Amino acid sequence: MESGKQQPLVQMLGITKSFASVKANRGINFDVFPGEVHTLLGENGAGKSTLMNILNGLYQPDAGSIRIKGAECRFSSPREAIAAGIGMVHQHFMLVPVLTVWENLVMGLPGLKAVLPKREVIRKIGELSDRYGLDVEPEAQVWQLSVGEQQRVEILKMLYRNAEVLVLDEPTSVLTPQEVRRLFDTIRQMTAEGHGVVFISHKLDEVMEISDRITILRSGEVVETLPGPMATREMLAEKMVGRKIVFAVDKAVLNPGDTVLEAEGICALNDRGLPAIRNLSLSIRQGEILGIAGIAGNGQKELCEALVGLRPIQFGRVLLRGKDMTGRKPMDFLRAGVSYIPADRKGTGLVGAMNLRENFALKNFWRKPYAKGPFLSWESIAGETGRIVERFGVSAPGLGIPVRNLSGGNQQRLMLGRELSGTPDLIVAMQPTWGLDVGATEFVRDQLLRQRERGAAILLVSEDLEEVLALSDRLAVIHKGEIMGLVEDPRSASEEELGLMMAGIRRETAIEGEKGR
Amino acid sequence: MEILIPILSAAIRSGTPILYATLGEILTEKAGVLNLGLEGLMLLGAFSGFSATMVTGNPWVGLAAAVCVGMAVSALHAFLCVTMGANQVVSGLAITMFGTGMSALLGKAYVGETIRGLGILPVPVLAKIPLLGPVLFNHDPLVYLSYVLVGLACWFISSTRWGLTLRAVGENPRAVDAAGLSVARLRYAYTMVGGGLAALGGAYLSVVYTQMWVEMMTAGRGWIAVALVIFGIWNPLRAAFGSYLFGGVGALQLRIQAAGTTVPAPLLLMLPYILTIVVLVGISVRKGKGILLGAPASLGQPFHREERD
Amino acid sequence: MKPRLRIERRLEVPSWMNWSIPAGAVGVALAAGAVLLSLLGVSPLAAYKAMIQGSLGDAWGISETIVKAIPLTLAGLAVGLAFTMVVWNIGAEGQIVMGALAAVAVVRYAFVDNSLVMFSLMFLMACLAGGLWAGFAGFLKARWNVNETITTLMMNYIAILLADYFIYGPWRDPSSLGFPMTTPFPEAARLPVLGGTRVHVGIFLAVGLAILFRVLYRWTKWGFELRVIGNNPNAARYAGINDLKNVVLAMFLSGAVAGIAGMTEVAGLQGRLQPGFSGGYGFTAIIVAWLARLNPMATILVSFLLGVLLVGGDTLQVVMRLPLASVQVLQGLILFCVLGAEFFRNYRIVFIERGE
Repeated sequence: MESGKQQPLVQMLGITKSFASVKANRGINFDVFPGEVHTLLGENGAGKSTLMNILNGLYQPDAGSIRIKGAECRFSSPREAIAAGIGMVHQHFMLVPVLTVWENLVMGLPGLKAVLPKREVIRKIGELSDRYGLDVEPEAQVWQLSVGEQQRVEILKMLYRNAEVLVLDEPTSVLTPQEVRRLFDTIRQMTAEGHGVVFISHKLDEVMEISDRITILRSGEVVETLPGPMATREMLAEKMVGRKIVFAVDKAVLNPGDTVLEAEGICALNDRGLPAIRNLSLSIRQGEILGIAGIAGNGQKELCEALVGLRPIQFGRVLLRGKDMTGRKPMDFLRAGVSYIPADRKGTGLVGAMNLRENFALKNFWRKPYAKGPFLSWESIAGETGRIVERFGVSAPGLGIPVRNLSGGNQQRLMLGRELSGTPDLIVAMQPTWGLDVGATEFVRDQLLRQRERGAAILLVSEDLEEVLALSDRLAVIHKGEIMGLVEDPRSASEEELGLMMAGIRRETAIEGEKGR
Repeated sequence: MEILIPILSAAIRSGTPILYATLGEILTEKAGVLNLGLEGLMLLGAFSGFSATMVTGNPWVGLAAAVCVGMAVSALHAFLCVTMGANQVVSGLAITMFGTGMSALLGKAYVGETIRGLGILPVPVLAKIPLLGPVLFNHDPLVYLSYVLVGLACWFISSTRWGLTLRAVGENPRAVDAAGLSVARLRYAYTMVGGGLAALGGAYLSVVYTQMWVEMMTAGRGWIAVALVIFGIWNPLRAAFGSYLFGGVGALQLRIQAAGTTVPAPLLLMLPYILTIVVLVGISVRKGKGILLGAPASLGQPFHREERD
Repeated sequence: MKPRLRIERRLEVPSWMNWSIPAGAVGVALAAGAVLLSLLGVSPLAAYKAMIQGSLGDAWGISETIVKAIPLTLAGLAVGLAFTMVVWNIGAEGQIVMGALAAVAVVRYAFVDNSLVMFSLMFLMACLAGGLWAGFAGFLKARWNVNETITTLMMNYIAILLADYFIYGPWRDPSSLGFPMTTPFPEAARLPVLGGTRVHVGIFLAVGLAILFRVLYRWTKWGFELRVIGNNPNAARYAGINDLKNVVLAMFLSGAVAGIAGMTEVAGLQGRLQPGFSGGYGFTAIIVAWLARLNPMATILVSFLLGVLLVGGDTLQVVMRLPLASVQVLQGLILFCVLGAEFFRNYRIVFIERGE
């Protein structure tokens, strides 16, 4: 694990890459020495995946160069990268479920014998398993393996192809704590054997534990590269999210009214069947914005879905104005005045092929003025859609064009308009300003504040810490599906405090105050 | 026991055309492409085989011609589905319509003609084995070829590197693409091989089995083949069993009727279709961790590499 | 500086493409058919002329074309409904047969000498039979995600064989010597025809249902729900729409309408059931639905055009001694061209100049 006077295995110099108008990587320098774990740390969208996909041969850089053991290289495909010794383990596995482990390992391997040399392959797997402590059953079918075991297969796949540098993209996001332990043992074993490991993550405690060096990316640029032992959680959290700019927002002081939403000890699973929300409780009152801050992937999406009926709740209750809504259908929540602004606006919130009128009708086709008996009243729908377009500043050539032709900002304006114009009692907004320009962002925030003044209860989930601090009346920090702490006055909270909570350290005193109203 | 021999022997011969088509479709579907054009391909093969044999006087030329025609027409299907991403179900139906019509149109001139096709070639030694001999080894060369092909297919799929790639591309084309192989090229290849085999099955009917040409002579065998792929859960050996079983029902049914029937023919003929639904429901219900055991996971779905740049 | 081609997904499809692309595809198909015909020594001009004359040349021809267009419209609407939800109902052929069987069963076992009663009963039972036949496949899909392409396809042949069983067996008309068929329908069970033609009142059902479907898709809540499910099942769930229940319901309706097609064919046109009576209408309906881009009113037009093709095929058989099945060549070609044309609808080819 010493990186003394050795030559780096990989050197990436001045890498710049843009997609359309977005600069994903700006002049990034990154290198990996033999025997070290070099972590790439950053938020979603910071540019980590892009950089590694360039190394992996999936993308070509606009500028900059790559050196493998001193020799300049240019990869035009993943196959070339693997041949040069770069092995990437993606977040989403590239395995064939019905094939066995050993079959997956050799599939597509150049120079493979015509008749599959099963015994030879299994033998080599055994050798690698012993050497790196990667236990897998070679003849098991991949679908039978746990996620942790599947990841081991992916790592073995790279080692089988003599990869010298292993890039692990968010490897712990799908693992249980025990499996994370085993992974770290494997990583240590690999570095002991002289491999270089690139560890991509946004989970601070893990990064702290495993890294020899840490490079923090933000908005496509390198913020800093520092030695692992020197880093502290607070330092990392601060660098990752950036200096806080105090964002003065005109927020009226209100007296919140009755409780609108109450979640009592709810537990929910994510799409893979793993626990995503654990024993979570919160409450929101009329005229208040409860912000949920936290690093992406800590259960925010599952929480929002559970609160609007789109995800089943294993334990606990959800109450809407005192009425138990646990286990009810999404339509019941809709009829009860709950509005949900999903993060995935194109895939879930809107139907791209349908026009503006129809997308308005998506959430309103069962409501009185827009539906008369079994029929739809397109006149009233068109009328209201037109009003929304005007009030919310949606720039569109007409009401009849498919919404996928609108820009992201205009799509969001339309969706907001649809959700907010119906005077909902509860608004669940997830990442409402993600990917929007400054003007649209300000507009969205303004609208949320207006709804607050109107008396709606709002749950605002955002990875933009600055936004959530500015808009929330109360702020909760979520980590691994649990609330780490509740801050009654967000503006008084320090960055350090928030960073700690986001990293998984509870704020003891706040928890007691949460239970109740 | 002796009565069984002619019945079983007839079952083998009657099931052989279906077997060729089923085998071909298994390969195509294992690569992830659904080809519902088997009926049309078989008819085109039957016609090409017959006419080429008539013209050249050599049945082997006829059979080869059939295979070429099958490969060419299924290449069209591959082009539409793989390159252009068109709906595979509709494309297959179009192939069936086209093949049925084309063979009828072209074959008009040949109705009523006969040819000398392939004759019976008993296998020395093996044909003398009691019971098994006359049932299995007293046929024309194409039957023996089908035995070899079934065995070859099983071995190819399970034990060779190309078979591994075939299984992978039907299950998870993304993984194959990530490994640097061309999904499109693989799918083209297997679609064409499948089409060629289906056409060969059709040619068997006209060149060997009846040695005549009649419009629509496959009488739905192409659809039975589609069903048998599922009934055999994409396994060549099980498909062979199914082909002989249901091909045999057709041959059997005539004899049963002659002997005074109890079960009406149409109800017997329904069996492959009913059993296919039963099997399909069975494997859909019994899913293991969300995986449909047996069916290629990407069957029928066009593969588009995610847009980069 | 080498110009290169790149294939790009279109952002919006100009509306003129909606009709010009299917029309162009048909044109290309006819041209290809002409080439094929001339290669076979048949004059394409003579063939096409004969087809047009046979189907549109006189009142009788037009009425015959309409006769064919009626079941095509009904089945085309049925298939279009399922396809709108991206449920691949390939089983229209079988659902037509079941509808016809139901009608024959009503006549055999529940005959009442009253036209209105007979019509109502046959209509009802045909809807039920076709609806259950398709609904079963829909249920399997909704409940266990069983591939509906295969199940509906298999049920086609089960239905056809079932019909064969009845026609050759218990329902066989003893006086129908060489050609097996069921006993002819009594007058009361027949549908009235218009004028001296064979056009029966099924035409009103066809047009009426087309209008109903248009209203359904455009102006009703349920039609909207179906369209959303077909477009984006995630958004449908987000909007509170129950996709599973709707799949079964829509398949039932689809099968019911196809069943009506079968009923009108047997009660209106043929008056008795013969083997192969469904004549591939269920499969031709798929062409109809695809060409009409699932639009109900366009379905009527396209059905008429395909009726021209089918009647033309009859004429070709009589006048030019070409086998009836040859018309399927044109059908296949049309489908190929439409499928290929869709590619140009969704994608466009862009020339880009690349430096270095």
